[in-house]
Amino acid sequence: MTRKLVVIGAGMASGQMLESLTGIAPDAYDITLFGAEPRGNYNRIMLSPVLAGEKSYDEIVTHDAAWYRDQGITCRFGEPVVKIDRSQKHIVSAAGVTPYDKLVIATGSASFIIPVSGNDLPGVIGFRDMDDVEQMLAAARKPGGKAVIIGGGLLGLEAAAALNGQGMEVTVLHLMGNLMERQLDPAAGYLLQKELESRGITVICKAFTKAILGKEHVDAVLLEDGTILGADLVVMAAGIRPETRVATDAGLHVERGIVVDDAMQTSDPDILAVGECVEHNETVYGLVAPLFDMAKVLAQSLIDEPAAFVAPAVSTKLKVTGVDLFSVGDFAEGEGREDIVFRDPARGIYKRIILRDDKIIGVVMYGDTSDSSWFFAKLKAGEDIGDIRDTLIFGPAFQGGAQADPLAAVAALPLDAEICGCNGVCKGSIVTAISDGATDLAAIKAVTKASASCGNCSGLVEQVLASTLGDGFVVPAESPMCGCTTLTHEDVRRIIKSQALKTMPAVMQECGWSSLCGCASCRPALNFYLIAEWPLDYADDAQSRFVNERNHANIQKDGTFSVLPRMWGGMTTPDELRAIADAADKYNVPAVKVTGGQRIDLLGVKKEDLPDIWADLNEAGMVSGHAYSKGLRTVKTCVGTDFCRFGTQDSTGLGVKLEKILWGSWTPHKVKLGVSGCPRNCAEATCKDIGIICVDSGFEVSVAGAAGMELKQTEALAKVATEQEAIDVTVAFVQLYRENARYLHRAYKWVAKVGLDWVKARVVDDPEQRAALCARFELSQSVYRQDPWAAESTPEFKEKKWAPLTDLTLEAAE
Amino acid sequence: MNAWIDIAALNDIPRQGARVVKTRLGCVAIFRTGEDQVFALDDSCPHKNGALSEGIVHGASVTCPLHSWVISLETGLALGADEGQVATHQVRVEQGRILLDATRLAAKAVA
Repeated sequence: MTRKLVVIGAGMASGQMLESLTGIAPDAYDITLFGAEPRGNYNRIMLSPVLAGEKSYDEIVTHDAAWYRDQGITCRFGEPVVKIDRSQKHIVSAAGVTPYDKLVIATGSASFIIPVSGNDLPGVIGFRDMDDVEQMLAAARKPGGKAVIIGGGLLGLEAAAALNGQGMEVTVLHLMGNLMERQLDPAAGYLLQKELESRGITVICKAFTKAILGKEHVDAVLLEDGTILGADLVVMAAGIRPETRVATDAGLHVERGIVVDDAMQTSDPDILAVGECVEHNETVYGLVAPLFDMAKVLAQSLIDEPAAFVAPAVSTKLKVTGVDLFSVGDFAEGEGREDIVFRDPARGIYKRIILRDDKIIGVVMYGDTSDSSWFFAKLKAGEDIGDIRDTLIFGPAFQGGAQADPLAAVAALPLDAEICGCNGVCKGSIVTAISDGATDLAAIKAVTKASASCGNCSGLVEQVLASTLGDGFVVPAESPMCGCTTLTHEDVRRIIKSQALKTMPAVMQECGWSSLCGCASCRPALNFYLIAEWPLDYADDAQSRFVNERNHANIQKDGTFSVLPRMWGGMTTPDELRAIADAADKYNVPAVKVTGGQRIDLLGVKKEDLPDIWADLNEAGMVSGHAYSKGLRTVKTCVGTDFCRFGTQDSTGLGVKLEKILWGSWTPHKVKLGVSGCPRNCAEATCKDIGIICVDSGFEVSVAGAAGMELKQTEALAKVATEQEAIDVTVAFVQLYRENARYLHRAYKWVAKVGLDWVKARVVDDPEQRAALCARFELSQSVYRQDPWAAESTPEFKEKKWAPLTDLTLEAAE
Repeated sequence: MNAWIDIAALNDIPRQGARVVKTRLGCVAIFRTGEDQVFALDDSCPHKNGALSEGIVHGASVTCPLHSWVISLETGLALGADEGQVATHQVRVEQGRILLDATRLAAKAVA
């Protein structure tokens, strides 16, 4: 008698398996096929093009009812299997029991529905089958409809692009920092996001969905940060979950998926499984290539032919029209791994090849994927590419070919990109001047005024000259920012501003960085430039900060830290001193030192004690003194008119006010202030970055002093009559320094470069510019005027940041 | 033979960051790169014993916070003109958990 085969699930893996089986052994089994969906097998990968209106359902059908009938397969579509009875060897469905000799489970997967309230409202759907697509298309027919896609992976983005194409207003919410983080690195993720945004899709990364709102039907999505997004449709595309219920109930071995061996057999020898519902070697698969491989193996196993499934390398292509993206390999693995990176900012191209032992183990390409199959073939073959390594990245057509163009980033700038911020000169004006005969920096300066003021953009102007004139112009060598780029600090800053670059991957791509993610030299600088330029948009990157700023404390040579609370204007109280003394006792602080900045330093604190000692000092009303930061350090004062018989103004009061305005701000290098109550200058204000000397008739504000490796007296910036003017001039100066100086240049170095007159023109002579500078400073401070100690002494931070990962010294000795 | 110890979840370490495991033989720094590679090195720069775990992680290297030596996370060797090497430990990631090979730590204890 012919053996009975029952197959649960009529999806792609099941279809492929039946095609293989009926091909090699048409009469081996009497086959019954159960499918939950009331239709045959279609190409699920093509659901996105159907949603986009580029294909119809009929075009994606692979096995319809007639095909199954021709193969002699009994189809029971729309009839879900509710139970497997292994002892009786039959399955149970609505129509009763069906016996089997061999059973194949191919139940596939379901969308992972994130566990938030409202996730069961009508209008909240997954993206797995034709029913979902029909629901989405119905929603898209309503004019002005809004869709929120939860999940910025392959599926979510295909849905987003398709619904956007159908006229919906689409927002993509993604939990991670960049789109498709499993397939793409941040640089390619950035390019993809830029492309989608240019189509009008809103992308929010690091978005935590708190709840889905609505009464009868979904009408909004609420994020953790309080943002509310209107929504007529919510698509869950945050991942898939193997559909294993029927297997679990039957007592089969199930982990994340139904566990199978190399022959696709489950823990029951008469039950096999295939597709997205299985777990093989602790891996669950969601892409079609391995599923088809599994299906072929399973067909062999059913006719008792030995066969083994071997996980293949899987590549990814995003099916969004107009987006060229390719990714293959696992970047997360492998010691001794090297990267080759190619970026062409002008054409929005990014290519990266990951090598190990001169073999390609991963490829990420964006913008130009024409060579992807060439790389993929080399990867699959494990070919040794040692000989062609130098030109590998250029693909098959360029073997032995070109070098990357160091001028590409500047050449890529649009003509309306502002090159000179001082005089508002765009690239187009410079190019015009060149075509009118200007051939060097001086001529450009004379004709356009570009680089005629602070001079910070002169490097960029020269690059425009070089990219326009070609060989006719040689850029005078100025040191680039670091080994990752040919651009100078000033060039990079200008491009960040003029191109509105707001993330580090964006800067690295658009400026043509030659490294994958920067180095220890450029990352802290970029982090500062982005904070200074986009205080509200850019999120500070702790991992791009030097240890002291990351840990809000100064590292000492033995790995301990120093803790230094702020004493506003050098003023303290007995209560504060008691709290400091108590903390020193409680945490066994080995040294207590009075600093030159008029405050008290606790030296030698262990890292894991930092949050506790901070919490104690916070309790007593004290905050971080930022003695570790490229930011405001101290405002040193004398006692002024309060006590001193010579005092002319309230220097202490002014110092306290300034410190309360300026604290927490990030600057290119440290900033120290001094305020003296009379020309005797007891606060030594004239060797600070900013020094104020009070006199009978007002306040003398001077800047650009130094008392470090170099010793330099301040230069007079302004003499003002009122305390408020003194404050405004000071704040405007700090902001101008923040906006223009090179990272790690003290104020005196920067002033020497741009000239005091240039500074005066903005900070002193022009009240409008001064007010605008103060307003921009205040905007930034609305984010950064806060105590990092209070923020990071919470239990969560204690566990996640300050404590050791684990303590093996506590393990019993063996 | 390896002696794998489950020390933490991968996500307990920030990308481009590091945290330490305390052992009887001093701290071992566990690094996580921007691309989720994980490495384990003694937390002590070959130059002046700086805490490498506090350095900036870039690519598969770390820059020591004390005097900016750059150490390869893969080999423990100082890169560039500097010369020196820090001991490395085997480490691997399985199902989102970090496993550290404690063989060398144990061997050192016996020696």
